Parts: sequence; structure tokens; C-alpha cells
Amino acid sequence: MNWGSWQNFLAMGGYGLYVWGSYAVTLAVLVAEILALIARRRGVIERLAKFYAARRRNDETEV
Amino acid sequence: MIRALGWVLRRDLLLAFRRRGDVVNALVFFIIVVSLFPLGVGPEASQLRNMAPGVLWVAALLACMLSLARLFAPDHQDGTLEQMLLAGEPLVVLVMGKVIAHWLVSGLPLVLMAPLLGLQFDLPGDALAVLCVSLLIGTPLLSLIGAVAAALTLGVRGSGVLVALLVLPLYVPVLIFGAGSVGATAAGTGAEAHLLLLGGFLALALVLAPWASAAALRIAME
Amino acid sequence: MIKSNRFSWFLFSSPQSFYPLAGALQPWFALLAVALCAAGLYIGFFVAPTDAQQGESYRIIFIHVPAAWMSMFLYLVMGFWSGVGLVLNTRLSSMVATALAPTGALFTFIALWTGALWGKPTWGTWWVWDARLTSELILLFLYIGFMALQAAIDDPRRADKAGAVLALVGVINIPIIYFSVQWWSTLHQGASVSMKSAPTMAATMLLGMLVMALGFWMYSIAATLARVRCVILERERHTDWVAAEIGAQK
Repeated sequence: MNWGSWQNFLAMGGYGLYVWGSYAVTLAVLVAEILALIARRRGVIERLAKFYAARRRNDETEV
Repeated sequence: MIRALGWVLRRDLLLAFRRRGDVVNALVFFIIVVSLFPLGVGPEASQLRNMAPGVLWVAALLACMLSLARLFAPDHQDGTLEQMLLAGEPLVVLVMGKVIAHWLVSGLPLVLMAPLLGLQFDLPGDALAVLCVSLLIGTPLLSLIGAVAAALTLGVRGSGVLVALLVLPLYVPVLIFGAGSVGATAAGTGAEAHLLLLGGFLALALVLAPWASAAALRIAME
Repeated sequence: MIKSNRFSWFLFSSPQSFYPLAGALQPWFALLAVALCAAGLYIGFFVAPTDAQQGESYRIIFIHVPAAWMSMFLYLVMGFWSGVGLVLNTRLSSMVATALAPTGALFTFIALWTGALWGKPTWGTWWVWDARLTSELILLFLYIGFMALQAAIDDPRRADKAGAVLALVGVINIPIIYFSVQWWSTLHQGASVSMKSAPTMAATMLLGMLVMALGFWMYSIAATLARVRCVILERERHTDWVAAEIGAQK
């Protein structure tokens, strides 16, 4: 398939809005999931680090 | 086993009879929802006739779903359910008894009331008969599927909305073939296939649903 | 021989040994996903010819069909691991089922969205009560129900098991729902609006779809592994090895 020019590629034979609308939303959804996963991992590590620090302090005061 | 089934059935019916308000409420809900539709879409008879199967069936789904909260929750709160689990009788049988009681109390009244509401929508006689038969086969199915969702959400926060979320997608086939049977009669193509399929689903649900509900109850009571 | 096989199998069914394995595998699946999607998009946009009937709008199917396949496949996988978790009482399989649900729901959403954007130029409306679109919508409700049920239950073991029962009920129901929606849709609109009318699909079109589906599959695995690692850390926080792992991360 030879599109000739960028304009033709973006226009998609007049269906550009539908084709690129589909691809853009798909990309956005997948990127959002990846970002959410990274944020979740950071959040978990952050929270657990605090949890262990608090537990250590607790242990020390008890001793 | 039969004795245990009869015992649970009698107990639940007696309790329902003592709390008549709950039973009547679900029925009144059904009547009101159905009666609202002509007010929303206009009184044109031909349009109402077309809508009637769907409206009556959706209202029946909702009315049945509302009463699911009473299936296990009161017994869970006062500790009866825990005793039932310890009773030594198979839990599946006890669940079956409760489901039958639930159907007698909240499904059967809908079946009996439906022809009257069908008349409001100008349904012809044969369609009314099929409506009754389809509800007669379909409402036990609603109770059976609903029992699984009710058991899963037992004692969970926000369980009312959650039950709706879990149970309504699973009700889709019942709705399609229940409303479809009435529609097919009205269109003159015959409702046998729809009713047979509904019957098939009922047989399948009779085998699987009490078992799944019992498993869900055990999980909830651990 | 058999004994050692069994041993290694069960070794990785413990969260502690699966956690580093998932971490090691995840970048490779992510890499495969990127490569396969790039190849699929190249085939879809630069190799596959213009469709004679639909023009260029058909190029949406290179994500629509793979997303729809993945959405159904992931529910089945979720049901499978739920069943394994319920029967063998292994925590890890339940965690995998939990981790699969959001990705499955996302693919269901993508399938619905792209279906609407494909339907507008092809059928003239954004939404058609077509059997496939309707089943996909109900599948989305099933995913949401699964996630809502697990989110509402505080005790993780009970959430696992309740979710597993629901997922299995859903797996039994999906074929029934699909069949009934199919029946309903043929009854109500006949053959005038049907995707089956696409007669001869060029081999390159099919190839593009398959490569994209593989890419989405690899993506799902990578995303699920990443999520299951988070779930493992949260659930196993009272063990020493998670404490050591967090200490190493900080």
C-alpha cells in the first residue's frame, strides 16, 4: 500500500477521524494502564516502606 | 433431606407471611414500574402492545432483584444461617428450600399479576397466556440465579447495588427469551422455541445454581 | 523424573518465587508486545490493500477484532485461574485472576469504542444492537461486576473465592448470553446489518489482525505480570521476603 503523501495517510480516504480516533483512544487507554501500573507499584513500595519503618520504630520502643 | 427441604420452606414462608409488607412492596413496585411506562411514552395502543413484553419482563427482573436482599441477609444477621451450615443437612438442600420459598413469595405473585397488567397494554389473549407461561418458567430462573449473587454479596458493604451489578448481566438470556416468547406470539410466529429454551435454562440452573450458591455461602461464612 | 517436574511446578506457584520470575519475564513480554504491534501496524497500514467496499475505514479492524478476541480470551483465562485457585486453594492463581480483570475490561472497552467508530461510517450509526457489540457490552458489565465484588470485600481470601465463583458462573453464562443475543439480533433485524457480508478478506488483512492479536496478547501478559507483582507485595507484606524486597527497592 503506497500512500503517496502524509496528507493522504492522515486523511485515510476521508475516514481519518474514525480511523485515527480509534487508534488514538486505544493508545491512550493502553498508556493510561501502563502509567497506572507504574504509579501503583511506586505507591505500594512507598506505603510498605512506611509500614516497615513504623513497625521498626514500634519494635524499638517496646525493647 | 426432603424433611430438611420442607422445614426450610415452611419456615421461610411463615416468616414471609409474618412480614407481609415486604412481599406486597415488591408486587406494588412491579405494578408501579409497569404503569409508569405508558405515562412516559404515550397512550398509543399499537406502540404499547409492541413494548408490553419487554416492559413487563424488565419490571419483573427488577422486582425479583429487589427482593433478593431478603433471601439470606436476615438469616445471616440473626445467626440462623450459621446454624444451618452446622446442621449436618446438605447445604444445597437448604439453599434449594430458600430459593423455592423466595420464588413462591416474590415470583409467583408477579406471574398472577402479569395478565392484568398485560391488559393495560392491550395484549391479545394468546399473548397474555404465553406471558404467564414464560413468567412461570422464567421467574424461578431469576430466583435461582439471584441466589448466587445474594450469597456472594452476603454481608458486603454496598451489597444492594452490587447485587444489581452482578445479577442483571446474568439475567440477559432470561429477558431475551421471556420477552421474546410474548413478542413471537404477538407476531404470530409461535413461542414454543423460546419457551423450550427457557425450560432448558431452568433445568441447567436447577442443577448448577443451588450448588454455586451453597459454595458462595460457605465462602461468605468462613 | 516426574517428581522433580512436579516440584519445579509447585515451586513457582508460591508468590515468593513467582515474584522475581514475573519481574524477569515482564520486560521480554513488553518488548515482544511492542515489536508485534509495530509489525501488525506496518502490515495494517502499508501492506494491506484498500478494502473495495469499506474504503480505508476498515483499517479500524486491526485493533477492533484483536481487542474483541482478547477481551473474551482474557475472561476465559480469568475463569480458568479462578477455578484453579478455588479447587487447589493456591493463592497465586487467585491473584493472577484478580490481576487479569482490569486489562480484560480495558480491551472490552477498546473493542466497544472502535466498534462504534467503525460502525459510524459503515452502518451510519454509532451504535447498532448487533449481536457482537451487545455481547461485548454485557461482557464489560461482567468484568465490572467481578472487579466491584472483589473491591467490596475486605478480606482478601474471601474476595478471591467470591470472585472465583462469580467468574466461573460468568464463564458458563458467556456462551448462553452470546447465543441468546445472537438469536435476539437475527430475530429483530434480519441479515441487512451483518458483519458477515465482508466476503473475501485479503490474506494480508488477516495476517495483520493475527499479528496485532499476538501483540495484544503479549501486552496483556506483561500488564498482568506487572499487576500481579503489586498484588503480591500488598498481600504478602507480613512476610520477611517482602520486607527485604522493599528494603532493596528503597
